[in-house]
Amino acid sequence: MIEINNISKWYGSFQVLRNCSTRVEKGEVVVVCGPSGSGKSTLIKCVNGLEPFQKGEVLVDGISVGAPGTDLPKLRSHIGMVFQNFELFPHMSVTDNINLGQIKVLGRSREEATGKSMKLLERVGVKEQAPKYPGQLSGGQQQRVAIARALAMDPIAMLFDEPTSALDPEMINEVLDVMVKLATEGMTMMVVTHEMGFARKVAHRVIFMDEGQIIEDATKEDFFGKPRSDRAQLFLSKILHH
Amino acid sequence: MFTDFDFDVISRSLPYLWQGMSFTLGLTFLSMAGGIFLGTLLALMRLSSLRVLNMPAGAYVNLLRSTPLILVIFWFYFLVPLAMKKLSGDAYAQGIGPFYSALIAFAMFEAAYYCEIIRAGVQSVPRGQVHAAYALGLSYRQAMMKVVLPQAFRNMIPILLTQGIILFQDTSLVYVVGLTDFMGAAGKVAQRDGRLVEMYLFAALVYFLLCFSASHVVKRLQARYNVGR
Repeated sequence: MIEINNISKWYGSFQVLRNCSTRVEKGEVVVVCGPSGSGKSTLIKCVNGLEPFQKGEVLVDGISVGAPGTDLPKLRSHIGMVFQNFELFPHMSVTDNINLGQIKVLGRSREEATGKSMKLLERVGVKEQAPKYPGQLSGGQQQRVAIARALAMDPIAMLFDEPTSALDPEMINEVLDVMVKLATEGMTMMVVTHEMGFARKVAHRVIFMDEGQIIEDATKEDFFGKPRSDRAQLFLSKILHH
Repeated sequence: MFTDFDFDVISRSLPYLWQGMSFTLGLTFLSMAGGIFLGTLLALMRLSSLRVLNMPAGAYVNLLRSTPLILVIFWFYFLVPLAMKKLSGDAYAQGIGPFYSALIAFAMFEAAYYCEIIRAGVQSVPRGQVHAAYALGLSYRQAMMKVVLPQAFRNMIPILLTQGIILFQDTSLVYVVGLTDFMGAAGKVAQRDGRLVEMYLFAALVYFLLCFSASHVVKRLQARYNVGR
């Protein structure tokens, strides 16, 4: 489904990604973790071409993301993305946020889009917020709306870029619950997160990154069980401490 | 000396002054609309990473911002007919008339200022918003029209209006191409009736009241938007 082959990326002379390769199969849930500045977010943004890369290749469903002839908007419309800071459009109601892509990109009618939006809002548990504006919602509610917005495009895969990092602790679970449900329903997911509980529960594989490199790419059992690289061990001991 | 004042001159010439004021308001709104439209295009050009787009836009903005407005008005009034004669080869080719040449001059001059305001406004919209729009599959155009520009303009309304107030005052420069705006009308009445002090006092009062209340509106808008964020 998603294939990342030897990609490298530089900001000026600073290399943020070094020869990263991995793949995500259909229905697989892959968690990407690592210290801040390790390139996790950059890597995941390369998958839908939000971040350009200079070397290597990313294939989504066999289509090359970086190739000059690729219809990027069309490719992106098939991949849902959820951001750390929600990035709901503040000048639109919750419903309009979810309708926008459906109407403008998929060409659905307003009624059809609204019907779908309401169903998704119900699914993520914030149906009663539909007419409100994002600014009137709590962080957890906003992130759930953002997930609904991504799902409205009927994506073949979902990318999550630290979806719970900007949330108050008491709101993290309501978002994780939605993600767990999504994972158990068989959605293909690539998730940048530090929530190791989430990884333990639903991930198939865990990728550990440091300094722009993929240090570990292991099954969940291996990653949490068997001995692994010192750096991953150190990282885990730090975040699993409490 | 104040006993000599004849403020009747104002009420007597009100219809004529009103004609001048509607000209001033019309020119202000048309130039503003044209300036914002052109300025938006220029801003998007300047923000582009393509040199063929951002270089000419940058040069245009820098040139016009370094030129006095009155010179731009003159240019258009005198050079456009010349250029049209040259281009069409017709020695008797008509210009576009003082009104349109002034309107174009104002719109193009203001566009340079609006460009910089709008550019800052677009840059004030967080990058994540653009990413979110792209991630949904929106094109550059759709992302701009639906996500970035609506937010940018909302942030910019106060400063766009402030620029409009400046423009409203600057339209009095049209006297140089023989057009009669509010200021010009007041001046003509003043000369005709020999009531310079009364007329110019009245003109100043009108400009002050209009601009002052407009900037009051701007202040209130600013306060409202700051609360919303």
